[in-house]
Amino acid sequence: MNAVIEAKGLNLTFETNDGPVHALSNIDLTIENGEFVSLIGPSGCGKTTLLRVIADLEQPTGGTILVNGVTPEEARLSRAYGYVFQAAALYPWRTISGNISLPLEVMGIARSERKARIESNLELVNLSGFEKKFPWQLSGGMQQRASIARALSFDPDMLLMDEPFGALDEIVRDHLNEQLLKLWAQTQKTVVFVTHSIPEAVFLSTKIVVMSPRPGRIHEIIDCDLGADRPLDIRETPKFLEIAHRVREGLRLGHSYDDREPAES
Amino acid sequence: MTERQGVSGFFLDRVLPVGVVVLVILMLWYGFAVLLNSKFELDQAARAGTEISTRDLVAKTMAQERPVLPAPHQVATELWDTTVNKKITSKRSLVYHGWVTLSSTLLGFLMGTLLGIGLAVAIVHSRVLDKSLMPWIITSQTVPILAIAPMIIVVLNAIGISGLLPKAMISTYLSFFPVAVGMVKGLRSPDTMHMDLMRTYNATQAQVFFKLRWPSAVPFLFTSMKIAVAISLVGAIVGELPTGAVAGLGARLLTGSYYGQTIQIWTALIGAAVLAAILVWAVDIVSRIVMRNMGMAR
Repeated sequence: MNAVIEAKGLNLTFETNDGPVHALSNIDLTIENGEFVSLIGPSGCGKTTLLRVIADLEQPTGGTILVNGVTPEEARLSRAYGYVFQAAALYPWRTISGNISLPLEVMGIARSERKARIESNLELVNLSGFEKKFPWQLSGGMQQRASIARALSFDPDMLLMDEPFGALDEIVRDHLNEQLLKLWAQTQKTVVFVTHSIPEAVFLSTKIVVMSPRPGRIHEIIDCDLGADRPLDIRETPKFLEIAHRVREGLRLGHSYDDREPAES
Repeated sequence: MTERQGVSGFFLDRVLPVGVVVLVILMLWYGFAVLLNSKFELDQAARAGTEISTRDLVAKTMAQERPVLPAPHQVATELWDTTVNKKITSKRSLVYHGWVTLSSTLLGFLMGTLLGIGLAVAIVHSRVLDKSLMPWIITSQTVPILAIAPMIIVVLNAIGISGLLPKAMISTYLSFFPVAVGMVKGLRSPDTMHMDLMRTYNATQAQVFFKLRWPSAVPFLFTSMKIAVAISLVGAIVGELPTGAVAGLGARLLTGSYYGQTIQIWTALIGAAVLAAILVWAVDIVSRIVMRNMGMAR
């Protein structure tokens, strides 16, 4: 195992009209190759910001971060990761296969190769047969699956997911969580996953990073050693509940002074 | 409101509402024709020293040669006469004049659309151009076109350009504006997530433009083009006024007013309105086809 993400003393302060906002404060985090790491915490704890820093969509104001041993920018330029947003963010004028083709076209991959990759990735997310459909013809869950296929299409080593199932109902969410685990087992990719659902984090992760707000920081890192085989009913086992309890305690402790702080907008 | 199906549905949803409005307009039009034209008839009767019955008065107001306001059927007759009963090549054919205006409208519209798109692309990609060009683009439209049109015609004539192009330039002057403004908005319309996605792919600026900005802007383009094509026609007609009224719908308006041919003026007006409606409708049809092919029509 080797570290794919190494952050040391990472800081990010946004200058706003209401003064500086400490989105990230003194973040130390190492993520090993092939791990499934969840970032969990209340709104404003900087979990999405941290993911965006890894993706080189935000610039840190202090500290160091290495992705695959290089800066996030170099990692982005070498197309090291696929990013899945909160919304599916499919291009409405492209069909499902057109959307999955998008990163491949940008990266200059030949047509025949694109066709093969579209096919195999649609199969991976169980969307075979929907190639010709436009996004609006698909349900929210299917759209998000298509966006995962899009992120995987160029075979990046790493998958960065920003609350990908946050907008979906619980039944669809459970189903997609199961599929995501299978996918992770199949592809052996490193996944960094932002969520604010405790069961989701425990069910999916090998490591749970509990974060707390103002300033955004890591409160606790909890190992989640439930093993590789995780059926949905693992969520009723004592071990699962115990980890979930620890995460909840961590969130509560990290959050305890919240009453004295002004409500976040 | 739910759409009704079938022939009766078409009648109730489309024909009836439009028909009622047309009917009301026609009634008002006839009313005003009688009202405005009766003064002349009353004067005539008074001069001849005869009494005129209301019935005769109404009948006569609708059959004057140079009415203040021609009755709808007079305009319709003239319209029929100058489109169907005249050879297209005849100088008295409205189709001939309509074609003259249409050709400069289309040329001006094409140039205006291209200019508008070009400006929008430049503005979206350069902060400096955004700051420097935008105020001038807006200022250009605050100048009354009636004031500027003769100058464009005269200046271009002086350097040897005459005929179609000067008129088309006035159409361009008017039509580039909605396209430029609409396209600036359209090219900036992709949301942050779509833009971020391109960044994660390390896409070039050209790729962002052709794969994201341009397709996002297409609905904006067609909306702008509908406005642009209608004012292109206005520009072409205005452009025909200072050229000495040789040909075109503008020329028909001008000669009509020289000789007090109100029926001719109104016929040219209706002709222009019909032409504008057809142009807007044509752009709309193209828009629907393109949108359907892009999967954006449901």
